[in-house]
Amino acid sequence: MFKQTSAVVAMNLRAVPQRLGASSVIVVGIAGVVAVLVSVLAMATGFNQTVAKAGSPDRAIVLRGGSQAEINSGMGRDSVQTVLDSPGIRKDADGKPIGTGDMVTIVNLPKISDGSDSNVTLRGTGAKFTRLRPELRIVQGRMFEPAVRELIVGEAALKQFKGVTVGSRLNFRESDWTIVGVFSTGGDNHESELIGDVDTVQSAFRRTGFSSITVLLESPDSFEAFKDHLTTDPTLTVDAKREPEYYAEQSKQITTLLNFMAYFVGGIMAIGATFGALNTMYSAVSARGIEIATLRAIGFGAMPVVISIFVEALLLSLLGGIIGAALAWVFFNGNAVSTLGSNFSQVVFQLTVSPALVISGIVLACVIGSLGGLFPAIRAARLPIATALRAT
Amino acid sequence: MNAIVTLSGVTKRYTRGKQTVEVLHGIDLEIAQGDFVALMGPSGSGKTTLLNLIGGLDQPSTGSVAVAGERIDTLSGSKLAKWRARHIGFVFQFYNLMPMLTAQRNVELPLLLTSLSAAQRKKNAEAALAVVGLADRSKHKPNELSGGQAQRVAIARALVADPTLLVCDEPTGDLDRNTADEILHLLQTLNREHGKTIVMVTHDPKAAEFASHQMHLDKGLLVGTTVAA
Repeated sequence: MFKQTSAVVAMNLRAVPQRLGASSVIVVGIAGVVAVLVSVLAMATGFNQTVAKAGSPDRAIVLRGGSQAEINSGMGRDSVQTVLDSPGIRKDADGKPIGTGDMVTIVNLPKISDGSDSNVTLRGTGAKFTRLRPELRIVQGRMFEPAVRELIVGEAALKQFKGVTVGSRLNFRESDWTIVGVFSTGGDNHESELIGDVDTVQSAFRRTGFSSITVLLESPDSFEAFKDHLTTDPTLTVDAKREPEYYAEQSKQITTLLNFMAYFVGGIMAIGATFGALNTMYSAVSARGIEIATLRAIGFGAMPVVISIFVEALLLSLLGGIIGAALAWVFFNGNAVSTLGSNFSQVVFQLTVSPALVISGIVLACVIGSLGGLFPAIRAARLPIATALRAT
Repeated sequence: MNAIVTLSGVTKRYTRGKQTVEVLHGIDLEIAQGDFVALMGPSGSGKTTLLNLIGGLDQPSTGSVAVAGERIDTLSGSKLAKWRARHIGFVFQFYNLMPMLTAQRNVELPLLLTSLSAAQRKKNAEAALAVVGLADRSKHKPNELSGGQAQRVAIARALVADPTLLVCDEPTGDLDRNTADEILHLLQTLNREHGKTIVMVTHDPKAAEFASHQMHLDKGLLVGTTVAA
């Protein structure tokens, strides 16, 4: 059986160059499906990874009760102090809680790619910011000074927006700001932001409230005590979340949309590719009807014939899948793009063609190939030999 | 007579849509071992259908078909395939060679269904090609061969597994007279010198003259048998 099968498979594959045009329909069709699917899913993966990186299990974020994002949250200075006095927050060497009240607003900056205006998050933050976020590193220039209109810019924002290089001056609300440094936070969504001193930002934007309070917990297990304290304090109307939970919620909507797009568009293309594969394999079976009938007349079983056609479709699809995934990787992996995030501002992220995505794409290709090969294979095996031989 | 093929009361009906057509009507025949039989008749007389039944490519609607003492009309599809591999060598009108394989690889095909080693398969294929006079064409592909050479390769393929019966369907139908005569001489030699039993369908009376017996079919009935002079 194995000898028969391998002989028929080898014969089929040797005949592929004679049917190059028809065979390439399968390869090109499936390569297109996989390239589109992997590319769109690479967006979702990249966005997810960017947003998820910002979350640390030993940090918690506090927003006004019912607020979905920092941009539509607002709390007074007294609330910030009450939150920072809660139990479960790690203390600094000077005995002060490690946490900041941040004010988040949106400013307009032109994109490098097309010059169009985009919303960019401007975050005013407190003195404990660097203790709270040890992952933040200044990679160029220096840290902003308090009480001075200075900003640092994230690496991702630097690559996407004009006029934010070190030394540049920006004008917001009739006040000039100087970019004094570039920071990295390891690729999370804060890298799409401009950050400055919270009091100075509040003053410039004539605001007194805070959008969020982020604290460093004594340990991830301290969260419940911290949250319980906040929810039982009658002077506070706030929601507390672990950072990973918060950022997962922030990314959910966009990820769901991107996944829907990927699977909807990819699904329609996959159906088309399956019919393409079916058509090609039916043509191949029809073109080789005499050969198949002759082999069966000689004594080859129906199963080797089925397997050989199935294997041919599968190998062509596998090739298409590999080409599609490779195209997605070559053209899109690592490409920085931006989309509107939860704060109505741009989140810059990199398309990420992960190994899991490549495998998913190739598996999809094989499924399409299997469906496209199965029915023609069964038809070839079921056709009566005498009838097939008469088709000469 | 030592019959190697025995058909008793064989009918064959085909159903196309609501219509049923009976192509063979109660055929009884015997073919002796070592015979060379030409099945003759006009188009639509049922000669290819009869050949397919003898070769195990099709099964009768009623009646029995026995070859080399074995009833083949009761075998399942997979058993019939194994039986064909062991007992039948086919020669087709249009040769039916695999275009992507060399002559030697084409001849080797039936041996893939045996337990022979690759080296032995190659050796046997070369020997079969030598019998048909094409030892020097073993590396050529079908499109590099003339019609007569291609049919010789097909005959070598039919012979290589030493089958009980050679079944030939219009083996000279695609060849010119001279080449056809060469092929018929080769079949005659295989029959006379190698003792091969051959059943050949032809509508060409000159081709039929090479056979030792001619069986005539008309409208699905066996209407007569003549013995070569």
